Amino acid sequence: MSSNTAPAIEDARLSKFEERVQKGDAIEPRDWMPEAYRKHLIRQISQHAHSEVIGMQPEGNWITRAPSIRAKQILLAKIQDEGGHGLYLYSAAETLGISREEMIEQLQTGKAKYSNIFNYPTLTWADIGAIGWLVDGAAIVNQVSLQRTSYGPYSRAMVRICKEESFHQRQGYEIMAMMMKGTPEQREMAQDAMNRWWWPSLMMFGPHDSDSPHSSDAFRWKIKRHSNDELRTKFIDKTVQQAEVIGLTIPDPELKWNEATGHYDHGEINWDEFYRVIQGNGQCNKQRIAHHKKAHNDGAWVRAAAEAYKVKQAVKNN
Amino acid sequence: MATDTQLDLWEVFIQGRNGSHHMHAGSVHASDKKMALQNARDIYTRRGEGSSIWVVPANSIVASNPDDADMFFDPADDKVYRHPTFYVMPEGAKQI
Repeated sequence: MSSNTAPAIEDARLSKFEERVQKGDAIEPRDWMPEAYRKHLIRQISQHAHSEVIGMQPEGNWITRAPSIRAKQILLAKIQDEGGHGLYLYSAAETLGISREEMIEQLQTGKAKYSNIFNYPTLTWADIGAIGWLVDGAAIVNQVSLQRTSYGPYSRAMVRICKEESFHQRQGYEIMAMMMKGTPEQREMAQDAMNRWWWPSLMMFGPHDSDSPHSSDAFRWKIKRHSNDELRTKFIDKTVQQAEVIGLTIPDPELKWNEATGHYDHGEINWDEFYRVIQGNGQCNKQRIAHHKKAHNDGAWVRAAAEAYKVKQAVKNN
Repeated sequence: MATDTQLDLWEVFIQGRNGSHHMHAGSVHASDKKMALQNARDIYTRRGEGSSIWVVPANSIVASNPDDADMFFDPADDKVYRHPTFYVMPEGAKQI
């Protein structure tokens, strides 16, 4: 498209686009946009969608072992929400010209990523609490900021998702609070989950601002509104008090309140681990994708049958 | 195995409660209208957000072109007399 357009027209379009974004106008699917903006959004939104869908797996692991009917109903509803969030986001990405088939293929071949956090296993029931409270808590901080992203369909999906996520975080915190009021073994289990999920949750915000490869265009075009470090700090500031209330210890001896900045300072994040997991060497990377492929392939006959039924109905109605 | 299909695209409009407008909520994939309605219900009304749903095949929607928006909406630009605030009301007149 753009390669056939004279450079002067292209420049005029770009400056008009940037002017609109600066004014706070939302960009809609059929508006002109720079290719790099489109590509950045497709990468970010599809990665976000894949995270929602892959995130159903670690939680699904506990449906049959939930400790009560109440807990099971809640967990099922939460996982169904995650599936729904994935669908809102796939739809938003599709408005940019990529098909759902392509996105699924990119996920399954490893070309597209999903959030690293879901490559960690859920070993105990307390992990379900930790995921809701910490992982969804971190996701909410990011998603609240993205409600004001410049691309209309992405922003609208985020508004809808944020409305639903606060239930997720509260149910997770309730699980942790309940376990902390339980037996010494249950308290130990909750603290163990805290110890394993805290650092990966901080990594969810991505590399430090100084090492973040995609951020300059993303800020100029208002895809991102807050930096990785700003969002991470916001999450820590909220969470420390919540941990204290229920008696959990944050596994960071260097964590301390900084009077001057008005925020918590935290210890060094293990970025070697982050990159090792991103590159496919986390505990569950292979399992997550293998399971996705299996579910996708097992469902192929259903999609084929639905298509065959559609064709048959069309013939019948003509 | 044939190439994968993710079914057709439908746009979803939801009426929050009786008396209000149907508003665009998002999209679903489905192979027929019944499936589109059921998917729309499961995806967009899990918390009682709707009393009625419309689903429309996405390729049936006709949309104005954003590049022509200035020209297209131009006829409304110079007709301020279509707004009640255009008119000068006599001093002291009430309830008008």
